[in-house]
Amino acid sequence: MNKLLVQVGVIGAYLLVAMAVGLVAYRRTDRTAEDFYLAGRTLGTVVLLFTTFATLLSAFTFFGGPNLAYGAGPEWILVMGLMDGVLFAILWYVVGYRQWLVGKEHGYVTLGEMLGDRFDSTSLRVLVAGVSLFWLFPYVMLQQQGAGQAVVGLTDGAVPFWVGAGGITLFMLVYVAISGMRGVAWTDTIQGALMLVLVWGAVAWVLAAVGGLGEATNAMATNTPEFAALGGGLYSPEWMLSTAISIAFGVTMFPQINQRFFVARSKQVLQRTFALWPVLVLLLFVPAFMLGAWAAGLGVVVPENGNVVPALLNEYTPAWFAALVVAGALAAMMSSSDSMLLSGASYLTHDVYRPVQRLRGALGSGDSEALVGRIGVALFAVGSFVASLYAAPDTTIVEVGDTAFGGFAQLALPVIVALYWSRTTRTAMLVGILVPQLFYLGSVFLVQVPSTYLGGWSASIAGMLLGLVLTVGVSLVTTPAPAERATSFDGLRAD
Amino acid sequence: MRGTKTVLWATVALVLCALAVPWFLWDDATVVAGLPLWLWWHVGWMVLTAGVFALFARTAWGLGVETDPVEVTP
Repeated sequence: MNKLLVQVGVIGAYLLVAMAVGLVAYRRTDRTAEDFYLAGRTLGTVVLLFTTFATLLSAFTFFGGPNLAYGAGPEWILVMGLMDGVLFAILWYVVGYRQWLVGKEHGYVTLGEMLGDRFDSTSLRVLVAGVSLFWLFPYVMLQQQGAGQAVVGLTDGAVPFWVGAGGITLFMLVYVAISGMRGVAWTDTIQGALMLVLVWGAVAWVLAAVGGLGEATNAMATNTPEFAALGGGLYSPEWMLSTAISIAFGVTMFPQINQRFFVARSKQVLQRTFALWPVLVLLLFVPAFMLGAWAAGLGVVVPENGNVVPALLNEYTPAWFAALVVAGALAAMMSSSDSMLLSGASYLTHDVYRPVQRLRGALGSGDSEALVGRIGVALFAVGSFVASLYAAPDTTIVEVGDTAFGGFAQLALPVIVALYWSRTTRTAMLVGILVPQLFYLGSVFLVQVPSTYLGGWSASIAGMLLGLVLTVGVSLVTTPAPAERATSFDGLRAD
Repeated sequence: MRGTKTVLWATVALVLCALAVPWFLWDDATVVAGLPLWLWWHVGWMVLTAGVFALFARTAWGLGVETDPVEVTP
């Protein structure tokens, strides 16, 4: 079978399904912000679990993660286990459940809105949204670059980069703008299920071809002995812990993840997803990353700028299956970007545009927020697409995208303090958010600010601690403004 | 009573985090049944974690988060 035809067919089929799902979702979505951005807070267990998961990790599962395991060994699986299986699940409860209760009680749609209202501060609301958009925009841009390059690679250059990236952007723009959160979540669910099937199919196929699990691991242990032993090379305890902690906290503040804390239908949905996190981590990352590690032992050669999973599959499975996985990965990439697009647009319109318009007295009461949101989606998508055309490697914007997880991690501890400690003050929040951001940016861009501390702990971890100390310390020496609503997060229960 | 319960569950959470990486197998390259021993530890630990989380969700959900927790019936 013609490989190109299969790839184009699979991508085409995915796009059609996504569009159909988007249209069905559109018919069920009304014109309020809550329905457009949060699907009316009605998501159930399976949809919430898969949409969060697909949003978080799709392209990384097939490309970035296995590449890491191929280059440095499969210990990355343990980092993912601690990061997403344990820490993120605990934060899902500590941050997510608390935000869900608060959001349900007060009708919040975004993190910035929640904090701005609690501390009676439009500045804080705009700051939180601004910091988030600063990190999110380059990150989305990188996704579009990745998708564009994947299309170029997939078609051997028959489709040029700008057509690939532009086409995918345009498509996402249309169905996100049409369907909002409901459509995004539904397509993510299809995507997540597909990922699970594909990754286990790939493992079964490769293992059958090389003579079984024992053979594959033997080859790995013989040819790359450091892979079988725990630790070594890239993997020091400090590095593993820094990475897992920083990313787990950072993930909770990524707009597309944080906003999902608001969308559960009920307490039971949150309870079930909470307990299922480690299971999903186990089912997805062990097979995906072992594929990368086995490939190293089997001597699979990865082309420059290429990815190990397609290279491995090309060697051991029929062309159509390899094409299916690559096309699936591309669709997965879209399932992350669409969520980021929607949440980015909501921060832009809900927390920046509308509060500023309201201050200027220019906001009519009849403005439909869903309409403004759709315009926001379009602005965000086109802006990041144009940036993706011009951003060369090693430029500032690419570096900001690459360090986004650490940037978001700086927000987490001040937010957690605010969620739980009624003594927190507005001044403390402003200082506790702004200063660590500047410190972390300094560590990325200035040689004068070191990027590791105390023998291997990352600047992201140091910045998080700085934020914690500042938020608590400044709260203790300042008094709350009269309009702050110190107890508005307290006394909430599910029933 | 609630204080004790919170400390107890916080300790459980800390232990689940602390041993997610089997530090005692550092540098160990033993392969058992086709996979490194440390990877089997990961498999077991994730299953254990899921079980503990399910137990928490069933018996203690709301602890520390709901200001006035209600008894959750399973």
